Amino acid sequence: MFQYEKPENARMIKVGINGKEWMVPEGLTMVQAMWYTGHEVIHGIGCLGGVCGACAAVYRMPGDFHLHNALACQTLVKEEMVFSLIPSFPSQRANYQIEAILDPKEELFKIYPESATCRNCNACTEVCPQGIDVRDAVWRANFGDFKGVAEGTMSCVMCGLCVSRCIAEMAPHEIALYARRAYGSQELKFPDNLKHRLEKIESGEYDDELARLLSLSPETLKAECEVK
Amino acid sequence: MSQDQKASLPLYDHLPPFLADDPAPLTLSERRELLDRYYPDYRSEGKTTLRVGPNKGQIIPEEVASILETRSRLLHPVKVEKPAVPDMDVDLLIIGGGGAGITAALFARETGASVLVATKLRIGDSNTVMAEGGIQVALGDDDSPAQHFKDAFRGGHFTGDPHLLSVLVKEGPEVISWLVRKGVLFDRDVHGGLALRKGGGTTRPRLISAKDYTGLELVRVLKEDLLNSGVPLLEFSPAVELLEGPDGSCAGAVLLDVDSGKLRWVKAKSVLLATGGAGRLHIGGFATSNHFGATGDGLALAYRMGAPLVHMESFQYHPTGVIYPSEMAGMLITEAVRGAGAKLYNKSGKRFVNELETRDVVAAAIIRECSEGRGVKTPAGHYGVYLDLSSIDREMGEGTVARRFPNILKLMSKHEVDCSTQPILVYPTLHYQNGGISSDVQGHSGVAYLSVAGETSGGLHGKNRLMGNSLLEVLVFGHRVGVNASREALARNPFSWSEVGFGHAARFEKALEAEFHGVDRPEGPLLFPDYRRKPSGENV
Repeated sequence: MFQYEKPENARMIKVGINGKEWMVPEGLTMVQAMWYTGHEVIHGIGCLGGVCGACAAVYRMPGDFHLHNALACQTLVKEEMVFSLIPSFPSQRANYQIEAILDPKEELFKIYPESATCRNCNACTEVCPQGIDVRDAVWRANFGDFKGVAEGTMSCVMCGLCVSRCIAEMAPHEIALYARRAYGSQELKFPDNLKHRLEKIESGEYDDELARLLSLSPETLKAECEVK
Repeated sequence: MSQDQKASLPLYDHLPPFLADDPAPLTLSERRELLDRYYPDYRSEGKTTLRVGPNKGQIIPEEVASILETRSRLLHPVKVEKPAVPDMDVDLLIIGGGGAGITAALFARETGASVLVATKLRIGDSNTVMAEGGIQVALGDDDSPAQHFKDAFRGGHFTGDPHLLSVLVKEGPEVISWLVRKGVLFDRDVHGGLALRKGGGTTRPRLISAKDYTGLELVRVLKEDLLNSGVPLLEFSPAVELLEGPDGSCAGAVLLDVDSGKLRWVKAKSVLLATGGAGRLHIGGFATSNHFGATGDGLALAYRMGAPLVHMESFQYHPTGVIYPSEMAGMLITEAVRGAGAKLYNKSGKRFVNELETRDVVAAAIIRECSEGRGVKTPAGHYGVYLDLSSIDREMGEGTVARRFPNILKLMSKHEVDCSTQPILVYPTLHYQNGGISSDVQGHSGVAYLSVAGETSGGLHGKNRLMGNSLLEVLVFGHRVGVNASREALARNPFSWSEVGFGHAARFEKALEAEFHGVDRPEGPLLFPDYRRKPSGENV
């Protein structure tokens, strides 16, 4: 089945999974390499499409002191890579209701006071598997530029790897979520076209036409809908 | 993928010249013949006749029958005894934590009902989070709910349920405004309205989106509100059986804690199944765009209890799933790229179908090209055709792909393909379960106090779904069914735990034995696909 098949003539390479060595064919993702070696993966697997953030992983390469991070469903194993999944990194999430907040910029420092303690180390940006400039987003949030946060963090998959590295111990992905929601719900104007359509629906403008369609015989309904 | 392997692939080494000539338009009969010969739903191989249950006698894919005609995990491998008291007692149990389940829970709690959400993986792990393209909602000046209705009904080949569709189109705008007020960041037009784009099979621009992260954006927001709502959540806790109460009604479910292996017995006055799709059954051997948990568990649970299914033979094979690089097989390239001007080419660089035909026609055409020797072979031995996005930047300006499809560009670049200049090899991927558990406009299944919402339900789309209508479905019906099921739970006459059991499972088992005469049947629901390599070295 498609999920980890071995391409023709694939070379076998040595990898370390959770501290144990295995031989796997080149061309597999980390998750596929775990399946290939018989691991059952339940925690650390979600969409398998790189958007759900369930499969955060850390890895090292030989002769390189750097600790690398990745999404395990999207990252190919390499010769002598050693890796482990960290599927659920604990992080603090504020309990708030966006609709009830009066001054979102002030509120940020109440619900996430630690956001102001960023020490500019940039580790969050370096760790982000989505290539987001996380440090920049945190500072924009602090300065109230929620639009800038929204534009810079739209691809965040909430994997929490930034939390794992933050020396100020904040949760940048949660702060960014708050800033995006505040921007969308409070700074952006409620869309006119949606507002107008809601008013018309409320006034019953479409009821007769929908009721008429539902009253048609199957043949008549088909004939009417066939016309583009 | 190493460089030397890549160099050996014709995809990048020996690209044919791509010829822009338009393919000849299809007549109605040619379109029908193309579907009949090549679209998987209409082919007879891989199908079987159901022998047990409410849809007995109907012909459906073997893989679906293999999860429906299954034995209860409460009876196998050994019979489990019902405990003296339930572990939990709630008004409404919602099974499933994707778009429909989360929406249902947020609205259900406002009715005052006690709500519990149980899900197999984490809250939000679902097909919803993966949805790229957008949500259909009729907002344009030249558009209306009735026009939306007509497009969806025509797109479903006139097989969709008109009553379900009329609810979908009428309640769509209200639920979208709920999302906007929560801060979901839909793309805006120059006037600050929601930007509308055209999707396949529609007569008006009607798709709203959040770049190509639409599902992710709405799950991030709704998940946060659910986590903050105080609604109790059980993650990594799939349902393995429904519970039966007075007069064959539904009265709760048994959940499996996948870590401890412990069963949790939940008595509930009402149960809402929002378990999602079934792509991980890999019907017909197709790769899938679905998330890891999409194994059709709700179908198996409801069917065993006697809920009829509708259009269960009908699945959507999205035409453009990645087939190379093979480690990405099944991943979807949104239809919106074809809307923006991306083109399909066969091995010789010729276009072979109008890229804006409905999904089923485009998929059938790709399967035809590959089965008649005009596909490109991948190193893993599959076949695909070229999907070229480079024309988008050429026609709509440099950087358009990066601006409109950042997710696809990012994912492909992780696999060393720059899809703004290089073609992607694609083949249809199992994408959506068109049919499902039959329901009315309140989400009632054929079993009392068992409701359904989202992809596990059937009837709304008929035998083909248009892009953007499923996200609207999980929101509209998540809302509607969540509220309705709560109210019915609150109004339900009390019943005692002694009246609750799993007699329906035993009856189904008896019917299986009578029909299959001692032939071993698998246990269901499936819960997880198993891709592990067997010790012998064989693939599972």
